[in-house]
Amino acid sequence: MIRVIKFLIIKEFKQIFRNKSMLPLIFMMPLLQLLILANAATFEIKNLNIVIIDKDQTSLSRNIAGKFKGSKYFNIVGYTFNQKTAEREIQNRHADLYIEIPNNFERDLIREQTNKILVVVNAIDGAKGSISNFYVQNIINDVNKEIAEKYLIQSNTLVAADFKQIDLNYSFWYNPDLNYKTFMVPGILVLLVTLIGTFLSSMNIVREKEIGTLESINVTPINKIQFIIGKQTPIWIIGMFELVFGLTLAELVYHIPFLGSPVVLFTFGALYLSLALGVGLLISTVTETQQQAMFFTWFFMMLFILLGGLFTAIENMPAWAQTITLFNPIRYFIEVVRLVMLKGAGFADVKNHLIVISIMSVVINGLAVFRYRKTT
Amino acid sequence: MRKFYGFVIKEFLHIFRDKRTLIILFGMPVVQILLFGFAITNEIKDANIAILDLSKDATTQKITNKILSSKYFLLYQNLNTYDEIEKVFRTGKIKEVVIFEQKFEEQMKKTGKANVQIIVDAADPNTGNTILNYTTAIINNFVREYNPTSNIPYFIDIQSRLRYNPELKGVFLFVPGLIAIILMLVSAMMSSISLTKEKETGTMEVLLVSPVKPAQVIIAKVIPYSLLSFINAVTILLLGKFVFGVPIVGNLPFLLSEVILFILTSLSLGIFISTVTSSQQVALMISLVGLMLPTILLSGFIYPIENMPLFLQIISNILPARWFLIILRDVMLKGSDITYVWKETLILFGFLLFFIGLSVKNYKVRL
Repeated sequence: MIRVIKFLIIKEFKQIFRNKSMLPLIFMMPLLQLLILANAATFEIKNLNIVIIDKDQTSLSRNIAGKFKGSKYFNIVGYTFNQKTAEREIQNRHADLYIEIPNNFERDLIREQTNKILVVVNAIDGAKGSISNFYVQNIINDVNKEIAEKYLIQSNTLVAADFKQIDLNYSFWYNPDLNYKTFMVPGILVLLVTLIGTFLSSMNIVREKEIGTLESINVTPINKIQFIIGKQTPIWIIGMFELVFGLTLAELVYHIPFLGSPVVLFTFGALYLSLALGVGLLISTVTETQQQAMFFTWFFMMLFILLGGLFTAIENMPAWAQTITLFNPIRYFIEVVRLVMLKGAGFADVKNHLIVISIMSVVINGLAVFRYRKTT
Repeated sequence: MRKFYGFVIKEFLHIFRDKRTLIILFGMPVVQILLFGFAITNEIKDANIAILDLSKDATTQKITNKILSSKYFLLYQNLNTYDEIEKVFRTGKIKEVVIFEQKFEEQMKKTGKANVQIIVDAADPNTGNTILNYTTAIINNFVREYNPTSNIPYFIDIQSRLRYNPELKGVFLFVPGLIAIILMLVSAMMSSISLTKEKETGTMEVLLVSPVKPAQVIIAKVIPYSLLSFINAVTILLLGKFVFGVPIVGNLPFLLSEVILFILTSLSLGIFISTVTSSQQVALMISLVGLMLPTILLSGFIYPIENMPLFLQIISNILPARWFLIILRDVMLKGSDITYVWKETLILFGFLLFFIGLSVKNYKVRL
């Protein structure tokens, strides 16, 4: 039994290592993507391009414009007196927003005690739009405060306590520098390992089916369990290698904090990988051609990746979608990575994750073995 | 020419006989757009928070109410001591703790200043930062309303107009992105195995000895795929409009011709992959594993390109999806015409010619 599996594994490894065009794709491409793509994932909004229409041209309006110039969130790309020009700057993507300070702004402000500045924001990205709005509001709040303070000094009619303020202190726990790479690098590694593992295992048997060599395996005395173990083990080893190697590389390049124990992470990783390969195997047994297998893999990968909680948070999804993510293996791995690496969780903390993944792995692999027939 | 038609018909038959692939091809994009259109969002909604109110007076109660009555936050737990903060964060259930200092109202009345401390779980820094921004805005608004305006001599207000997406819906951002990604990957994957499949199954030999020219072989293969992709694109656009209310402000024929241009570009990329690889496995590895994450991350679909480090912004230029996404968002949501997107259109054309040129160059007439 063991001997048969051993020979099968050797055969698979030989096939993989002889395929010279596949090797760099399996090993280099994921690592390259890991190093490059981890830099992409930030929502941090700064350098908002703004156009300023200052029709007032008073010291107050210039002060407001100056505040935008001094802010690290805004980057003034133009001044104009013409609203049409500003609109066009938004439409051709040169500007994210513009503000318009109307004619006689300061005069009317003093006369009417209040006056409005128009803010026009490109809100296609809703979250970015509302945050730009907050930033503008903050700047205007500052200006208001200054006006009030100036007035206090001049008139002596108010005491400082009449102007209420709330001091906001904030701190970011678990990631004080808001370094998104700490969060992204291990996450992207998880995605890549899943992608490679599932892809290779889904192609594996169906490829033999399509080329016709599966027939020759089927007539040998090798039973299906042996065959499947022989097929899956090499891919599992490759996946584990990439996981360990990728994480080491990420540590060297990005110096990600690793508070917990690698043993916990890799134990989970090993179980997880058996599940990812099981998904691939299941796809392999229900498809006829590599093309079909690939489309299935693609479908599930898109699902797992986009609903995995790495790129957009799961808490923000509607309730039914959150329920779907409970069946998403990537979700669990990403949570475990976060817990172990950033919060220092041990085996006890990720116990539930381990149990869920083990159950899923047994069910999926069981289904795949059951579906696999030695007759074609 | 008749020979050529024969080839086109042959390709169509190949595709239509494989019912399973056909169902996958049409079914999956529909399922994906429906699922992701609802589920993918970068809006904060109902984030769980905890509140440590050491003062418990009328003012802190008011601020708390204001925070909780926004649609962004839900109260998960009221804390009583500082020690509980660590514990509640460990459960992983909450994103933020808001702490009011002791004698908050008294401080506010006496000195005009009181202190709120906010602790954010920044393990996911993007969400953490957004949550902090929202909380800050709510508290600032509270302060503004709390100060009776009669105390302040002059008061500047802002009036905001949110262009193109006044309700700040997340789908406006993501539906065009999904269209670009689905079209890119489906088209490239389909065509990347077109020639390799023939090579692998041995029928390439037959194609090569036939009197049909290489260019005709390729065009005959591209035609059915472009039709399939085009049907997919139209389906997704319709779903976007009628299910998610994403408008198509721009000129429809213009939008559709841009879609066709992008489909052809993606298909030609696939064909190029097909000419340089010898097995389906390798071709698929490149088109699936090689394209999927870079397209998702670098096209501007989720993460704005302008926030990325410069070298990534440069790398993102080589992705056709990046340019198509700009065109799609501009034409669909802003109603832009060719005068606003001519540059992006030209770039897509450039990619198309480039990939076709490479494919023709790499098409080997001998095996």
